[in-house]
Amino acid sequence: MSDLTRLTAAETAAAIRDRSTSAVEVAQAHLDRIARVDGQVHAFLHVDAEGALAQAKRVDAGELTGPLAGVPLALKDVLTMEGVPTTCGSRILEGWRPPYDATVTRRLKEAGVVILGKTNMDEFAMGSSTEHSAYGPTSNPWDLTRIPGGSGGGSSAALASYQAPLAIGTDTGGSIRQPASVTGTVGVKPTYGGVSRYGLVAFSSSLDQAGPCARTVLDAALLHEVIAGHDPRDSTSIDAPVPPVVEAAQARDLAGLRVGVVTELSGEGYEPGVQARFDEAVQLLRDLGATVTEVSCPHFVYALPAYYLIAPSEASSNLARFDAVRYGLRVGDDGERSLEEVMALTRDIGFGPEVKRRIILGTYALSSGYYDAYYGQAQKVRTLITRDFQRAWESVDVLVAPTCPTVAFPLGAKLEDPLAMYRQDVASIPANLYGGPAASFPAGLSEGLPVGLQVMAPTLRDDLLYRVGAAFEQACPAPVPSLDWES
Amino acid sequence: MGYDDDLREFEPVIGLETHVELGTASKMFCGCATEFGAEPNTQTCPVCLGLPGSLPVVNEKAIESTIRIGLALHCDIAVWCRFARKNYFYPDMPKNFQTSQYDEPLCTDGYLDVLVEGEVVRIPIERVHLEEDTGKTLHVGGATGRIHGASHSLVDYNRAGIPLVEIVTKPVVGTGARPAEVAKAYVAELRDVLRGLGVSDVKMEQGSLRCDVNVSLNRPGEEWGTRSETKNVNSLRSVERAVRSEVERQAELLRRGERVVQETRHFHEDTGHSTPGRSKEEATDYRYFPEPDLVPVAPDPAWVKELQAALPEAPSLRRARMTAELGLSDLDSQAMVNAGVLDLVLATVAAGAPAAEARNWWLGQLAQAANSAGVDAADLAIAPEDVARVVALVAEGALTATLAKQVVDGVLAGEGSPDEVVAARGLAVVSDESALTAAVDEAIVGNPDVAEKVRGGKVAAAGALVGAVMKATRGQADAAAVRRIVLERLGVTED
Repeated sequence: MSDLTRLTAAETAAAIRDRSTSAVEVAQAHLDRIARVDGQVHAFLHVDAEGALAQAKRVDAGELTGPLAGVPLALKDVLTMEGVPTTCGSRILEGWRPPYDATVTRRLKEAGVVILGKTNMDEFAMGSSTEHSAYGPTSNPWDLTRIPGGSGGGSSAALASYQAPLAIGTDTGGSIRQPASVTGTVGVKPTYGGVSRYGLVAFSSSLDQAGPCARTVLDAALLHEVIAGHDPRDSTSIDAPVPPVVEAAQARDLAGLRVGVVTELSGEGYEPGVQARFDEAVQLLRDLGATVTEVSCPHFVYALPAYYLIAPSEASSNLARFDAVRYGLRVGDDGERSLEEVMALTRDIGFGPEVKRRIILGTYALSSGYYDAYYGQAQKVRTLITRDFQRAWESVDVLVAPTCPTVAFPLGAKLEDPLAMYRQDVASIPANLYGGPAASFPAGLSEGLPVGLQVMAPTLRDDLLYRVGAAFEQACPAPVPSLDWES
Repeated sequence: MGYDDDLREFEPVIGLETHVELGTASKMFCGCATEFGAEPNTQTCPVCLGLPGSLPVVNEKAIESTIRIGLALHCDIAVWCRFARKNYFYPDMPKNFQTSQYDEPLCTDGYLDVLVEGEVVRIPIERVHLEEDTGKTLHVGGATGRIHGASHSLVDYNRAGIPLVEIVTKPVVGTGARPAEVAKAYVAELRDVLRGLGVSDVKMEQGSLRCDVNVSLNRPGEEWGTRSETKNVNSLRSVERAVRSEVERQAELLRRGERVVQETRHFHEDTGHSTPGRSKEEATDYRYFPEPDLVPVAPDPAWVKELQAALPEAPSLRRARMTAELGLSDLDSQAMVNAGVLDLVLATVAAGAPAAEARNWWLGQLAQAANSAGVDAADLAIAPEDVARVVALVAEGALTATLAKQVVDGVLAGEGSPDEVVAARGLAVVSDESALTAAVDEAIVGNPDVAEKVRGGKVAAAGALVGAVMKATRGQADAAAVRRIVLERLGVTED
């Protein structure tokens, strides 16, 4: 067999099923590749070689079966995995080994998926470049001097550098879609409540959503089907059948599909190259049989500020539990300092600057006397944005926009300018506030770097994303990185 | 100036916040057990430890219990409400926020009627809401058991996440000369309501019923004064004492022209007084916001109707009905209410004792015992069933009245059930005829003068001989039987 790391997940699973290779061989090939290239990419924070090989053996022994049995996967380090370090890219969780599996992790294990390790991310998923990881940045395999997107840059970089055919990301404001966009991979944020959040370390509870990342649309759909579905441990999990995503991922045309181009998600701030690829993508959708109209969503322009009140507010509360008392880092417990001093010192040293910025933002927004003006107002904007979507669904089936206004920017370029960094998510945030599914598909290159086409659909119509993605992928195959930096 | 003078000069406004631990089998948001007294940190899981990634799921039984409490207190039940996060840092709170309810409580706007000195006082209820309890912190190495001076602290999270219902009254005005009595009667009545609903074991000494007492004073015609909140009030008696001590403290401040500070105070059982805690004027901003990890609660109105229909009879109504059935006078009933023993009397009757006997025990020896121990009669180490058993033993002739008192003392001292105390202390009545006859003969020989008087017709003198026999048998003889034998042996008959 040629290079096992170049296969798609579907091909890999088929090869294991028909015994032309084994799950152990596949796992070992990926572990070898991680050992060879990850020194340059830094996609992984922790590689669980032993666990991966043990799981692969169970697949080879026939104990675990399923459409993705034996396929390796990179798990974002924000999901718990029993006994395996989970840091969320933060020092404050240094040394913590969770005593339990996230529901997503458990479902992956039960499906025979081989979890290679935990991937790098912006601390607590706060960022768009993975530079806010306490454990150092990840590089974009298209150009090692550039960012791989964020917060899930470890997962997207692992895919683009063939260290894993599948990955799990989480998307609060674009953390699956923007990394997919800038690495030329596929990333899907399912409907909020479609995938259990149990075991997903919370950033913003009302927005966080785990989802599949892959190099092909079909692979993402196969993974989607494994991780999605109702979970009684998550009250916000939707008790409804998983949309027929795998079937939709075999679509070849878009006949009869009504596509809306969002007026407000273009123009100023969108790089010309990105806009050009997007316009071509829209033309392709027409060619595939879709009818395209322009749709105005007037409140989308308020999505970014509303998001930066709601998400930090929830984060300021969610991150309060990191206090040195029960797990993780503890600084200054010398028998002299008081409990409050140890808590404060630990949080001071354990959290990075972006996390602190958002905790302060959120604490302020929830404060008595400011609540109505900030958090309350943002919730109203959220309702208006939801109405924009609902009104759009009266005339179109899906909405499209660029995923991200730029291509991958150089490492360090926006570190000193938080607002510029925040603007990376200007096009992806509306879907989070609404709760509907959204995805990014590779839409060609601009200046040699990938551009993403974003598709948004009504809640629980995740299948529409895959239909558009699959047809589009046929017409516009994903670009392949040269990886010329490989020694 | 005394308390009564204080209440002539100032008008009290009181408010009560009661926390009730629900007796659900599992915790509020996870499946952990809720049993009291388990080894520390053995009833925990990722959810109630607040581990990263864990999520809460609402215990439906806790919602049901809260709604039933609300209905029993004549509240409106919300058709839609949410949980909220109350954010503050404390090590016994695993997430550093408490999942509670804020501006959307499950039950609002009710009342509870309580009987105070024969008069019905209506206590308005502001709200009844559901929240999770915190863990317990134990400060080690200090002299006071408080955080100040301790070398380290230990936290037990077994209690963390136990469902807690908070019942808040509106400000209660017009209690005149008896705010303390009203406060106590309210908590007692509330406890009875909760016990009747079967939603909690309402044990104040174990903390499953906890009370905060708010008090303010104002001169007649003036605006309400600044209130203090006294915490740690953990018995009915303390509720009364806490109000009384706070009225006295505030009256003294106001008379001196000083102002009452809005603050939290801690009540001390031993002294009956309170000391200041944190000042509310520098109060924490709890930054409440709707709990995004939980979906709103929307109780089906049809279900609420079912719960309403299935409510048990209110304790006040039940008491009125039962005292009437038992033929107890109003005065008697009020005396029993005041002593906090009415339910105990009724329970003793239910266990088989005649009403008069049950009343006599609880208003007599047992009320005294409770008073001298400084506890509520209900917290004595004797159950209504025990009292009924003692009454039965007396009726059977197995115990005399004197012996019965000793048996009750034994039960109160923790020596076991009445039958165990009888056996262990050898308190059975001596009814063996030959043994009694021998004792009588001995008494006659020892008191020849008395015997002669009796033989001569002075029957009343026989009492001295009976007394001698009783003394010799250490009270274990049946006095009536002794008297009969004395008269027989001396050959006289009573007229």
